[in-house]
Amino acid sequence: MLLLLPQVLVTVVFFFYPAGQAIWQSLFISDPFGLKSQFVGLGNFEYLLADRFYRASFATTAIFSGLTTVVSMGVALYLAVLADRLIKGSGVYRTLLIWPYAVAPAVAGVLWLFMFNGRVGIVTWYLGLMGYDWNHVLNDGEAMGLVVVASSWGRISYNFLFFLAGLQAIPKSVIEAAAIDGAQFWTRFRTIIFPLLSPVTFFLLVVNIVYAFFETFGVIHTITSGGPQQATTILVYKVFSDGFVGQDLGSSAAQSVILLVIVGALTIVQFKFIERRVHY
Amino acid sequence: MKFKTLALALATGLTMTGTAFAQTEIQWWHAFSGRLGDLLAEQVDQFNASQSDYKVVGVNKGNYSETLNSGIAAFRAGEQPTILMVFEVGTASMMAAEGAIKPVYQVMAESGAAFDPDAYLGAVKGYYTNTDGQMLSLPYNSSTPVLYVNRDMFSKAGMDPDMDLSTWENVGVALDGLKDAGVSCPLTTAWQSWVHLENLSAYHNVPFASKDNGFAGLDTELSFNGPVQVKHIQTMGDWAKDGKFIYNGRRNEGGANFRAGECALFTESSAGYAGVKANAEFDFEIRALPYWGDVAGAPQNTIIGGSSLWVMAGKSDEQYKAAAQFLSFLSSSDIQAIWHQNTGYLPITLAAATQTEAEGFYDANPGTEIAGIQMTAKEPTSNSKGLRLGSFDQIRGIIDEELEAVWVGDKTAQAAMDSAVERGNVLLRRFEQANR
Repeated sequence: MLLLLPQVLVTVVFFFYPAGQAIWQSLFISDPFGLKSQFVGLGNFEYLLADRFYRASFATTAIFSGLTTVVSMGVALYLAVLADRLIKGSGVYRTLLIWPYAVAPAVAGVLWLFMFNGRVGIVTWYLGLMGYDWNHVLNDGEAMGLVVVASSWGRISYNFLFFLAGLQAIPKSVIEAAAIDGAQFWTRFRTIIFPLLSPVTFFLLVVNIVYAFFETFGVIHTITSGGPQQATTILVYKVFSDGFVGQDLGSSAAQSVILLVIVGALTIVQFKFIERRVHY
Repeated sequence: MKFKTLALALATGLTMTGTAFAQTEIQWWHAFSGRLGDLLAEQVDQFNASQSDYKVVGVNKGNYSETLNSGIAAFRAGEQPTILMVFEVGTASMMAAEGAIKPVYQVMAESGAAFDPDAYLGAVKGYYTNTDGQMLSLPYNSSTPVLYVNRDMFSKAGMDPDMDLSTWENVGVALDGLKDAGVSCPLTTAWQSWVHLENLSAYHNVPFASKDNGFAGLDTELSFNGPVQVKHIQTMGDWAKDGKFIYNGRRNEGGANFRAGECALFTESSAGYAGVKANAEFDFEIRALPYWGDVAGAPQNTIIGGSSLWVMAGKSDEQYKAAAQFLSFLSSSDIQAIWHQNTGYLPITLAAATQTEAEGFYDANPGTEIAGIQMTAKEPTSNSKGLRLGSFDQIRGIIDEELEAVWVGDKTAQAAMDSAVERGNVLLRRFEQANR
C-alpha cells in the first residue's frame, strides 16, 4: 500500500485535481480577468450543444482523427514492411524515416504551410503548372487534407519504429515455412504477419487516436486556425480557441469535460471490442 | 546582434540599479516586432535616457491577441505589467474589467504629470473614452483604411491613372477596364472585416451594432446585415467571382501581392504606407477609401484601428508615477510627429499633426495626409465614433468565415451577413452575462 502511494499522489495531483477543477469551472461563467463569476449550473453545456458549429465539430473530429490514424499507420506499415525486407543499409533508412518525429507539431505545421502557401508554396506552384488551383484558405476539403497530411507526417516515424520492431519479432521460421508451402508474399502478410502484428497495431491505434485528438492542435493552429468556416475545428482546437483566444473559460472548461467523457468512452470501446480480436 | 544588444541592455540595467537604487522600473508589454518594434524600442530608449528616476522595459509578447492574452493570464497570476498594449478590438473587454485596470485619466491626475485631454484628436480619443468623456487608455498607434493605387498598372492597362476612384461605382468601372486588359489581380484587400464592414458602416453612417455601436451599453446587438453592407459585400462577391477582386487572407497577406506589383488596387491601413514605400518598385498613390455614391450622407468619416496603452491595477504609487511620466512623454509632439511620419499611423495629438505639416512632410510625401482628413472631415455621429463590442476578436473571426463563404460563392451576401449577425449576437449575450 505504502509503495503505491507515489503513484496515487501523482495521479491525484496531475489528474484528479485538474479534472475536478475543470468540472467545477464548467458550472460558472466568468469574465476573462477572473474578477466576477456566476454559477450557471449546466448553462455552459446548454450553450455549447445549442451551437451548431460545436455539434459539427464532433463529426470534424471523427473524420480528422480517423484519417490521420489511417494515413499515419498505413504509410508506416508499408514503409516498415519494405525496410524489414532490406538486407543492406537498413540502418540508414531507419534513421532517415525516424527523423521527422523530432519535429514539433507546430513546426511541422509551418513547414507544410510553406509548401502549400498560396503565394510562395512550391507544391502550390507545381499544382498550378498542372492546372490545379490550390487554395486551402477557402476550400474546406483541401484544408482538411493538408492538416491530416501535416499531422500524420511526423507520426509516421513513430508508428514505423513500432511496426518495424513488431515485424522483426516475428519468427523467421514461421514465414519460411509458409513460403515453402507456396504462400506468396501477400498471402503470408495477410494470414501470418498481420495477425502476429496485431498487438502492435492495437497499441498504435489507441496511441494514434489519442494523438489525433489531443496533440494535433499545434498543426491546426499554424495551418488553418480551424478554418475555413470551422471546417478543421476539432474539439481540442475549440477548447483552445474559446479558452485562450475568446477568454471564455466557462465554455472552455465545459468542453474539456465533454472531451473527458468521450475519451473515457473511446478507451472502453477499444479495450472491450477491439482488443478481443488481438492475438498476443 | 539582437542578443548582444539585449545582453548589453541587461548589463547596463543591472549596473544602473546598482548605483541609482531609487530608480523605479516598469514593464510595458507590447505586440510590435520588426521595424515597428525597433521604432518602439527607440522611444523607450529615448525616455530612459531623458531622465534617471524611471526605467521602462519593453517586452514583446507576440501579436495583438497574444499580448492581450498574456496580460490577462499574468493578471490572474498577479504578475501583470504596469502598461499593457491592447488592440482596439479588446477595448470593450478592458473597459468591462474595472478591477483590473487603472484609468489613464486617474493615473495622470494622481501623479501630476502633464496631461491635457483636449490635446488629443477627437476621432482617435473617442474610441477610448468613457461616457463621461474621461480617457481610460492612451491611444498609441491608430490608423484608418485607405486605397492604394498602382499607377503603373493603370497606365499599362491603357487607363488613366488619375481617373476618379472616389466611389465604388467608379472603382467598378476601373476593375472592368483592368480585367479586360488582362490584369490578374485588379483589387485585393487587407483586414476585410475592418475595412469592408466596420469602416464601411461608419463611412456610410449606418449602424454596425445597436446602442450606438455598443458605446451605450452591453445589451447591444449586431446590425451589419443592413442594405448598405449587404449591397457592398454582394458587389465584392460578384467581383470575386469575375476575378476582379482577389482574396488573399484575413490579415494583411494581400500586402505582399500589392508590394510585388501584382495588384492594381489595394484597400489597407494607412499604416501600410511605410512598407509599400520601402518595397514598391512602381509608382503608387494613396487615395481616400471609396464610398457608394448613391448612399445619402456618404462619405461620413472612417474609424480607427490600432492599439492603446492600458495601465493595469495592483501596482505601487511609484510605478504609476513612472507610467504617467512615460505616457506623457509618448504624447509629446516631437515623439508623435516622428512616429506618424515613420509609420503612417495617425498623429494622436493636434500639435503633432500641425508640426508634421509645418515641417513640410505632407508636401514631400503626398497621400500621407489623406488618412487624417478622411477621419476628421466630418464630426463623428453615433454610427461613426467607433465600436465597443465584447468578444469582438471572436466576432471578427465569425465575420471572416462568413465573408470567405461569400468570396467562394457558397453564400449570398444577405445569407452570410444574417448568419454572422446571429452567431455574433450569441457571443455578445454571453459577454453581457459574464460582465453583469
